[in-house]
Amino acid sequence: MLKKVWTIAEKDILMYYLKGPVIIFGVLFPFFLFFAFYIGRNLPLSFLLSGLVSMTLFFTSTAVSPVIAPWETQMKTLERLISCPVSIKTIIMGDIFASFIFGVIISSVPILFSICIGINIYHPVLLFFGLIISTFCFSSLGILFSFPPTSLPSNIMMFSNLIKFPLIFMSGIFIPIGELSETGRYFLFISPLTYSTDIVRYSFGEKAYFSPFFNLFTLLVFSFLFLFLAIYLHEKNLEKRFLR
Amino acid sequence: MENNFIIEAYNIKKSFGSIVALDGISFKVKRGEIFGFLGPNGAGKTTTFRILTGIIKPDEGNAKISGYDILKETIKAKDLMGVLPETPNAYPDLSVWKNIIFIARLYDVKNFEEKAINLLKEFDLYGRKDSKAKELSKGMKQRLLLCMAMINDPPILLLDEPTSGLDVQSARLIRKKIMDLGKEGKTIFLTTHNLEEANLMCDRVAIIKKGRIICIDNPENLRKITGKNITVEVKFDRELSEAEKVFKGAEIDGKTIKISTESVNDTICYITDLARDKGLKIESINVEKASLEDVFIKLVEEKC
Repeated sequence: MLKKVWTIAEKDILMYYLKGPVIIFGVLFPFFLFFAFYIGRNLPLSFLLSGLVSMTLFFTSTAVSPVIAPWETQMKTLERLISCPVSIKTIIMGDIFASFIFGVIISSVPILFSICIGINIYHPVLLFFGLIISTFCFSSLGILFSFPPTSLPSNIMMFSNLIKFPLIFMSGIFIPIGELSETGRYFLFISPLTYSTDIVRYSFGEKAYFSPFFNLFTLLVFSFLFLFLAIYLHEKNLEKRFLR
Repeated sequence: MENNFIIEAYNIKKSFGSIVALDGISFKVKRGEIFGFLGPNGAGKTTTFRILTGIIKPDEGNAKISGYDILKETIKAKDLMGVLPETPNAYPDLSVWKNIIFIARLYDVKNFEEKAINLLKEFDLYGRKDSKAKELSKGMKQRLLLCMAMINDPPILLLDEPTSGLDVQSARLIRKKIMDLGKEGKTIFLTTHNLEEANLMCDRVAIIKKGRIICIDNPENLRKITGKNITVEVKFDRELSEAEKVFKGAEIDGKTIKISTESVNDTICYITDLARDKGLKIESINVEKASLEDVFIKLVEEKC
């Protein structure tokens, strides 16, 4: 099964990830958003850069994965893929793996940049595991976004952006969790990005709101929840993709 | 004891909302047989194809591929199949080589590079192996898809409208290849609405209409359904005089005469004797059997 997962991931990378618009959306977009919100605000550099890492991680891991299924439905390549001896689980794992690789590589850029300009990484092991689990979690979320059986990538993009953008604002990236009102904090708990941001912040020497292990554990719970939901919903909707 | 049937379908029913696509179809395909699945558009050919290839599930009934239940042992059943779907669906931005290797790896094919090279050479695509699939003509794409279907050297090939929309040369090449594969002992399940293609290639044919199979037999037996005799059409060098019109029930149109007969041999002997006696020169003789098209039209219209 692992060989087939890798084969599908490799196909995804060649077909979808190594494209100019993807790089632009995955890399430049978080940078622009970052500058738009932070310029002129008197915040420590470690706070700013940890926010940028979280945002990059989230955007890159969810940039392409939601549109693979509708794209392949449209090109009819999904039908070809399904007729091969692979299960939906294998296809989904392959898509997640491709997104994971892309997310890890691109998210490493702001981390390396931070190190280069002299920012201390106080908890590198935690950051490593946080990065791995967060990327897996957001990649699964990206695949979950694509469950509606449409052949139009634009429909899925609209749907995923409808969820992604509010999550950015309710995760402590722009405003530290401790400074939010009590009502605002309730919303934070339902966003996996909150726990991911908290790990990155802590690794960069900022104060954490939750304990690091609680963050890792919660992210794992979210990851498996998204993964199982994605498999269940994609299996359920598969036939509808082939209706003419 | 080895089962002689490699594809078995039992009472398969499938509906899409209120539309009944398949209404309890059953059939069996023998090992090494080229089995044609004929029907007008919307008859249920592609739905049957998709159920057999494990793409969709039936509402009722079941299918077995070489004894493997397509619902419970889907992966094992798919391992034995090579599939050519109706729509050209290679990955457009991947090269010919990467497309074929991708499928080979999903089927866990050993020595896939060597097999891929041989197949690409066989289908005259080796020179284009680095071209992207989207740069190929439709005929080339179809050849690539057939290479992809054959990379795992499957005992069963399921082909959905394999020559649909192709130019004459590509269609002929693919038909020849299918017939060669049949001779090599592969089982081929072929959906088509091209009656001549079915006539030329298939050992047996099933005709489907509105989700029901209305007959299954070999093309020779199916022709008998029309009740038509064999027609011998003779063209002479001049029009026949009234005295020379000696054939009962023959259709005469200028220099041409059409005779319906049960014995081709006797009729031709009689014509040649007559031509010799009357000093007529025969320009051409054609023997026409009832075509599969006649059978198709008769069955489809009769069972409306």
